Amino acid sequence: MAVVEFQNVTKTYPLYHHLHAGLKGFIFNLPSALKGLNSGFTALKDLSFKINEGESVAFIGRNGAGKSTTLSLIAGVIRPTKGQVMVSKRVSPLLELGGGFHHELTGRENIQLNGVLLGLTRRQVAEKLDEIVAFAELGEFIDQPIRSYSTGMIARLGFSVVAHLEPELLLIDEVLAVGDASFQKKCIAKMKQFRDQGVSVVMVSHNAPDIEMLCSRVIWIENHQIVGDGPTSLILPKYLESMK
Amino acid sequence: MLIPMANAPVKHHYKDLIIELLRKELRVRYKRLALGYLWSVMSPLMYAGLYYVVFSKILRIHAENYPLFLVAGLFPWQWMTNTIMAAPTTFISNYQLIKKTLFPRFLIPVVISMQDAIHFLISLPVIILFMILFNGKVTWAWLYAAPLMIFVHFGIAYSLNLMLATLTVFFRDLERFLQIGMAFLFYLTPVLYSETMIPEQYQPLIMYHPFAPLMINWRNLFMTGEIRFDYLLSSLIWCGGIWVVANIIYKRLSWRFAEVL
Repeated sequence: MAVVEFQNVTKTYPLYHHLHAGLKGFIFNLPSALKGLNSGFTALKDLSFKINEGESVAFIGRNGAGKSTTLSLIAGVIRPTKGQVMVSKRVSPLLELGGGFHHELTGRENIQLNGVLLGLTRRQVAEKLDEIVAFAELGEFIDQPIRSYSTGMIARLGFSVVAHLEPELLLIDEVLAVGDASFQKKCIAKMKQFRDQGVSVVMVSHNAPDIEMLCSRVIWIENHQIVGDGPTSLILPKYLESMK
Repeated sequence: MLIPMANAPVKHHYKDLIIELLRKELRVRYKRLALGYLWSVMSPLMYAGLYYVVFSKILRIHAENYPLFLVAGLFPWQWMTNTIMAAPTTFISNYQLIKKTLFPRFLIPVVISMQDAIHFLISLPVIILFMILFNGKVTWAWLYAAPLMIFVHFGIAYSLNLMLATLTVFFRDLERFLQIGMAFLFYLTPVLYSETMIPEQYQPLIMYHPFAPLMINWRNLFMTGEIRFDYLLSSLIWCGGIWVVANIIYKRLSWRFAEVL
């Protein structure tokens, strides 16, 4: 059974730099500014694919190919310009890692806020708080504002929250790359556990060994379009070859 | 069964979301301004002192119980200004949350407005102190007038915050216009002076002013314990009108927030 389906999805962004010139700039350059709103930059062109329940899929491709846009579309924070993004009724909330943190709050406060933003009740978060804190292994930093955290520490916190929310579809954007070796091991163990439980995992990664270990299927996006979709053993070597 | 993402039933626990977001706002604000509560009381008090010296001692305008007059006008005005001036940063300072998670975005304006309402409510003892010192009157009208006024004031402040916060996501320089606009409105609202000092031919305009009827009612409530119902009605109409416009703008633009921020 499919949990996510893209039907001819195209995503274009208007050229917002007209707007960034502000209200004054917008009014003084009205004709070109209005044109800028209609024309735009194409991030994804006519994407169609289906992800089934329990499947682990990795999106690969160069920087700027459209991988993160795809993830944001699945998460529902942006909407397609054309086509449909369909999700299974059961799959909600959709989770993205390391998102939804506020830099002025401590790690612990962020866990509470993030859990509720992702659709849990305060009680549910409170019940899991100790477990999440223990998994993140941040020591005394857990009560420090996360603006003092390194990227790796934020990734730890993000993964710990999501790993304890009993997700049905997990979206992971390059998080494994920034953690240290021991935490990566822990993450991978947790993700294998998810996979065995039938949780669908969608990840963006540049790390071939991680992909080989975790994902049975790879979707290769190049120039905002799908150029390859199939078993990891088939697509990944082709992609790596093209990068040489 | 697959359904379009846009219609997906994302279950959210609104009450819990509001509590957590409000706690976040309070924490962030109090951490930056260590003397948060003191500040929300001191700021209108210091302005009241300044205006008292300028208007009562230097310009020698005669008004009865002028200190209470100023405090009774400036505290509600401060509430309104704080919520409106918070609009440019309402969504922008929460971009990490908006870009990565899917939750109803209007809840951020809700909690920002709630925070300022709370600040106003906890500063009420200061106004009551001035009422005791300068002949303020408490009447039975308080029982229904005070909740009604708080409701209308909150409605106008929240709607303006929602509307301006939404627009600022797209037009970042709106903040500058807002600063000038609010400075104009301050002097064009009977806060420092009484509405009776306005030349007679302009007095009917008060009814069409977004804040004047509200501010006059607040001051009268603290000074005489009475409010005018035609003014209250005008405030209610403003509240409803701004709320509708704000929601139209929000509905049309909010789904683009994650793209722009």
